[in-house]
Amino acid sequence: MNWDIVIGLEIHVELSTASKIFCGCSTAFGGEPNTQCCPVCIGMPGTLPVLNTRVLDFAVKAGLALNCQITRYNKFDRKNYFYPDLPKAYQISQLHLPFARNGFVDIGDKKIRIHEIHMEEDAGKLIHSSGKTFLDYNRCGVPLIEIVTEPDMTCAEEVIACLTSVKSMLEYLEVSDCQMQEGSLRADVNLSVKPKGSTEFGTRTEMKNINSFKAIERAIAYESRRQIEVISSGGEISQETRRWDDNAGESFVMRSKENAPDYRYFPDPDIPPISFTDEFIASIQENQPEFAKEKAARFAAEYGLTPKDAAILTTDKNTAQLYEETAKSASPKETAVWMLGEMMYLASTTGAKPKITPPPFAEFINAVTGGKTNRTAGKQVFEYVFGGGEDVAGYIEKHGLAQINDDASIAAIVEKVLAANADAVAEYKSGKEKAFGFLVGQTMKELKGKGNPALVNAALKKHFTES
Amino acid sequence: MLIDKKTVDYVAGLSRIQLDESQTELMQTELGKILDYMKILQNVNTEGVEPLSHVFSMTNVTRPDEVTGHFKREHLLANAPDRTDEAFVVPKAVDV
Repeated sequence: MNWDIVIGLEIHVELSTASKIFCGCSTAFGGEPNTQCCPVCIGMPGTLPVLNTRVLDFAVKAGLALNCQITRYNKFDRKNYFYPDLPKAYQISQLHLPFARNGFVDIGDKKIRIHEIHMEEDAGKLIHSSGKTFLDYNRCGVPLIEIVTEPDMTCAEEVIACLTSVKSMLEYLEVSDCQMQEGSLRADVNLSVKPKGSTEFGTRTEMKNINSFKAIERAIAYESRRQIEVISSGGEISQETRRWDDNAGESFVMRSKENAPDYRYFPDPDIPPISFTDEFIASIQENQPEFAKEKAARFAAEYGLTPKDAAILTTDKNTAQLYEETAKSASPKETAVWMLGEMMYLASTTGAKPKITPPPFAEFINAVTGGKTNRTAGKQVFEYVFGGGEDVAGYIEKHGLAQINDDASIAAIVEKVLAANADAVAEYKSGKEKAFGFLVGQTMKELKGKGNPALVNAALKKHFTES
Repeated sequence: MLIDKKTVDYVAGLSRIQLDESQTELMQTELGKILDYMKILQNVNTEGVEPLSHVFSMTNVTRPDEVTGHFKREHLLANAPDRTDEAFVVPKAVDV
């Protein structure tokens, strides 16, 4: 039997405010345990949480970017549960009137609908060890928005496209740093399977704890296979929360001791309702940045890039910024060539983040287009710029990477190569064009990759036309 | 009215409290009285009335996004029944 996979996402995004959602503690990542806390965020009785005004700005920005209707009058509710990640025994969240509804994300030709987005507080970090649980509340109270999609995705590729698009928009908005490895962007995957073409949904499971695109891909492959196997062998899927263990490559049922899904929501009396005026929403809308899609179209038109290259260069805000700043003072085409080629290659093979900045990058591109260094030797120079190097001219000189543009030196080497490769010369003369390329290669090798390719070609051609 | 025992047990479970037989019976009566009172309220005609979630008419009570400092960890941990130098400690909360 063939199966359809049905996937919906709950995307938790930590907002990059300076302080927490309901108190003045810092939201900085990586502090010593319990050093960014106060009586409000560790849930002491008698404290009064007060909403951070920037959370509203950031939330509405995200809601509008994701094409949602903004709820003019919304409020916070208490979600009651006993689990020590929230010391108040409830989370301040939004249930009845979430601030945004009915949006969508474009992924190529398809729209992934967004059911709602709500604001809430993040929970603390629990470390389970030797029969005990150790609690760190630094993260407790960091502002979150939770984006809930409709079950509109059918495979891992669509899930990743949806997350990439959401992440790109939030980065352009500067409302979150979206660092998955630091947990500031987390996705829970709700997945079910049904016989192909069936209109009835199967029972879904929810997978938590997935913190990279690769892990999401693996988790989806695993869970859909598991559900199909269970159903095919006559079993039933039970609605449960599963924890994805990326090292084991398996998901496990979470046996949380809090197993009653009765959260007894009620309006939080500490936080008065929120009212958004039309003027406020219009002012946010007017100041929305240019997002990847529009930017890609503009890059293609302004810089003569292919739509595909423009799309790659604009998905990530920092990449787009680097490109545009550099292309202002260097060849846009050559800049794109190096970013799409060498930069992506270095980033993926070394795993290092590019420390490259526009001024040295532009100087480097100008050195290549101006013949100061060639593409072969340029790779070494680029690696230096990639790692944050700024003195491009000095580096080229110091490491002898300047291009050899001197006709006499090139001619001398060409003579030497021709003399040493009589076979290839004979082959070329007998009509084998490939031999010419070989001779160019040998000459470049002798020149340690620094010869001006045009001059080397010309010198060889000259030899053959004259002889 | 009397609330059935199952409901009292369920609510006690949600509240993480243990009730013995006589306490459960007492709760069946007392919670029942509360619901009787709610029934009186339910007789009021609320058609066209928006649900009220806050008694004050204020909205958007906010503060600026500023870090105002933290409490000393030692002070925050001082009342904890169990702790280390840097963390609160509770019995293992997840059985994985």
